[in-house]
Amino acid sequence: MRATRDAFGKALLELGKENPDVVALTADLGGSVKTDDFAKAYPKRFFQMGIAEANMVDVAAGMSTAGKIPFATTFAMFGTGRAWESVRNTIGYSGLNVKIACTHSGLSVGEDGASHQSLEDIALMRVIPGMTVVVPADYAAAFDLTKRVAAHKGPVYLRLGRPKVRDTYKDGEKFEIGKAKILREGKDVAILAVGPQVAFAMEAVELLAKEGISATVADYFTVKPLDEVTLKRLAETHRAIVTAEEHNVIGGLGGAVAEALARIKPTPMRFVGTQDTFGESGDPELLWKKYGVDAAGIVSAAKSALR
Amino acid sequence: MPALTPELEAELRETARNLRIEVINMLAPAGSGHPGGSLGMADIFTCLYFGGFVRHDPKNPGWLERDRVVLSNGHICPILYAALGERGYFPKEWFKTLRQVGSHLQGHPAMHKTPGVELSTGSLGHGICGALGMALAERMSGRDTHVWALCGDGELQEGLPWEAFMAASHHKADNLTIIVDRNDAQIDGTTESVMSLEPFPDKLRAFGFETIVIDGHDYGQIFDAMNKAQQTKGKPTAIVANTIMGKGVKFMEADGYKWHGKTPSKEQAAQALKDLGASPGSIPEGPWAAATSAKKKWNVPSRPSRSA
Ligand SMILES: Cc1ncc(C[n+]2csc(CCOP(=O)(O)OP(=O)(O)O)c2C)c(N)n1
Ligand SMILES: [Mg+2]
Repeated sequence: MRATRDAFGKALLELGKENPDVVALTADLGGSVKTDDFAKAYPKRFFQMGIAEANMVDVAAGMSTAGKIPFATTFAMFGTGRAWESVRNTIGYSGLNVKIACTHSGLSVGEDGASHQSLEDIALMRVIPGMTVVVPADYAAAFDLTKRVAAHKGPVYLRLGRPKVRDTYKDGEKFEIGKAKILREGKDVAILAVGPQVAFAMEAVELLAKEGISATVADYFTVKPLDEVTLKRLAETHRAIVTAEEHNVIGGLGGAVAEALARIKPTPMRFVGTQDTFGESGDPELLWKKYGVDAAGIVSAAKSALR
Repeated sequence: MPALTPELEAELRETARNLRIEVINMLAPAGSGHPGGSLGMADIFTCLYFGGFVRHDPKNPGWLERDRVVLSNGHICPILYAALGERGYFPKEWFKTLRQVGSHLQGHPAMHKTPGVELSTGSLGHGICGALGMALAERMSGRDTHVWALCGDGELQEGLPWEAFMAASHHKADNLTIIVDRNDAQIDGTTESVMSLEPFPDKLRAFGFETIVIDGHDYGQIFDAMNKAQQTKGKPTAIVANTIMGKGVKFMEADGYKWHGKTPSKEQAAQALKDLGASPGSIPEGPWAAATSAKKKWNVPSRPSRSA
């Protein structure tokens, strides 16, 4: 079990060495978002911006016009919420090469509660034209994807988490932005997941198998642009599709998949996510359970989709 | 106009000591949360809620004539919860559920879950703006209520509060008082090292505030400033309260900003309670036990202790 934010910190440090244009900014959360090592190694390329996220994001935009590759870091709530209009109008509108890299996304923020649990950030970023949205499932994915994000030209939202989560990939695994990964091939239902829910989907496969249901698992770590080629194939070869994420069922991965399927091949679907509600304080594992975004939640969604 | 007699001061200091003990007893078992600012603002909270500066009725939290207290730096809510619980807004039993699934006491204030909480906060900056709205609305309704908006110093690095400051003075909101927890501390370091605020009182004055700088642990100064705030006409008041993060617990005072958002271990909590004059070993076992049994109920493995 390792945290995606730790992988981000490690990859950012390496990026500092690999590319002198990489710059990091933070808003009084350096320790939490894991920019401290980068800051120590490359103090001239690190900017502490204080508790002022909208300004930080606009400053990052300005830096990108001068050839830098800025990573603006904070909690998902503030980087995509407080700063949304900066992301939309200054960065998105003109396709600036800024990386909004946010930790503490989703319910798994835990005890800090609803005010800090972004369950809307995928939707907020996905709706901006030209934005790429990346949600790594585990440590190895977050490490490689941070590198891919830096190399990608254009605005990216990188969604990371606070707690340690189950490892799905081996270290060294390579990812390609825009291309989903099939982790398990089944026949009846395809489970498309992002973030910690990928590991839960893998657990769900075992539970479903015991009930005679064969499930496919796809890691849809790029929520935008969505891998429609893979989606079409999955829809054509399965009876139903289930999406899973720690995000509102409105506007997240589930929304993206439903929008695409409505056009490509209407398919019975179920949505695992928070059911249009806010979160609350509590232990992350308990919250995943209570809000039905764990393996058990995926199992019941899969069965309901096949009924 | 509340006056501070020696007897009242002794009584208030005892109340503050108890609130601090409740903060430790709430936070240590919860295993996460923000002790530094909660302890640092205990004296201010005591004067507000027990010194006669807030007109309120705990049995009738929706009373229209009540003064408002808005905690814009919502993360220090344990001290707000301690004061509200002690005042009788809700059973003190709730303390031990802090930050647990299903609790009335959320990690950051939620007005729809906790009686006495006037505005949901936690995302920094919003509370001041909301408090201004309350002040303008109350004046519109012809009520002589006062709105006390508390905020952090790091919080004032956000743009939102300064937009509210501009508007408060433009609209002559003299029924609004801002109390800044000026502890020179935030998450990544001192405010002056992270993003300097100084010359801070001058900035508030330039924004049109009657600005009073006090020692936030000196009851005489707190009373004088709050009395002045209630009497000031034609402009809002800002009280800059110089405080010490973790006040009352020596090892926290010594480490300053490091205790912004870290909870004491069981041993540290025992030491903290000793500093506060509570009988050693008086941390309730209940919450720890409750947390464990909740995990059992949901059949979830224990996790390593929480990191910020
Ligand atoms: C908009 C926003 N950005 C960031 C945070 C995360 N955060 C919580 S408290 C805090 C530091 C606040 O400093 P200060 O107001 O001085 O409070 P103190 O540390 O003194 O209690 C930060 C950055 C937040 N809650 N809201
Ligand atoms: Mg402070």
